[in-house]
Amino acid sequence: MQDVPLSWYLGLGLFMFSTGVVGVVIRRNPVVVFMCIELMLNAVNLTFLAFARYMPAVLDAGESARSAWMAGQMMVIFVMAVAAAEVAVGLGIIMAIYRLRNEIDLDEMSALRG
Amino acid sequence: MTSNQLVFLMLAGLAALAAVGVVAFPSPVRSAISLVINFFILAFVYFTLGAQMLGITQILVYTGAIMVLFLFVIMLLNLGAPDAKAKVSGWQTAVAVALGFGLFGIVAGQVILPLSSFTQPRSAIDYGSPQAIGQTLFTGYVWPFEITSVLLLVGIVGSILLAKRRI
Repeated sequence: MQDVPLSWYLGLGLFMFSTGVVGVVIRRNPVVVFMCIELMLNAVNLTFLAFARYMPAVLDAGESARSAWMAGQMMVIFVMAVAAAEVAVGLGIIMAIYRLRNEIDLDEMSALRG
Repeated sequence: MTSNQLVFLMLAGLAALAAVGVVAFPSPVRSAISLVINFFILAFVYFTLGAQMLGITQILVYTGAIMVLFLFVIMLLNLGAPDAKAKVSGWQTAVAVALGFGLFGIVAGQVILPLSSFTQPRSAIDYGSPQAIGQTLFTGYVWPFEITSVLLLVGIVGSILLAKRRI
């Protein structure tokens, strides 16, 4: 989209990331904490895409510029894949702990402490 | 204020509101619904950035697959009601929100303000098309792609191992 400044996209991403950080700190339900982590990952994805679109770095045109704007999108794809794996394993751990102790509260959880 | 800026501000306002809803709603189900709304609007923000392929992937992977997984676990664990025991005290919330604003202020001042002169997109208009993504993914990024598939396989095996009562 033309004439929307890069800083607006970065501002939205930063706001979502800060909200996710606050949520991880104040919420005690591990499922909601996972949701806040997903929020932070998506904020990072948005930042990657905004930089890939606007490319503030000084680059000569041609092949290196092309690889630069594709690199941002590749990072987004890999972040999505890693987030999917993380959610599957993390929710599995939460379910296993719930079966073991019949409650989930992050302050009470110490089963994974070494 | 042009119409493009107006559209972006509407999308961004809705996304920010939904993000606050994820943290603020006491019930996990409402948090999950807020997160679905946020991811869905974020897909449209990706469209405004010209990344059609990733916007559609966002809808499919996040609002489709990951959020269904979240709602499924909330349903299975019977977490629908907010529990009164797990309350965080008021001053802790206040300190956390203040720290969040501090993080926002520091990064906005140090990173976003110096970049405020960039107003025009510089990448090619079709940089987010499926052809461009596929070509790059299967030529220059084929090894990371393969390693990602191994990671997903490990995730599948691990989650089955964790979820089964008796192996």
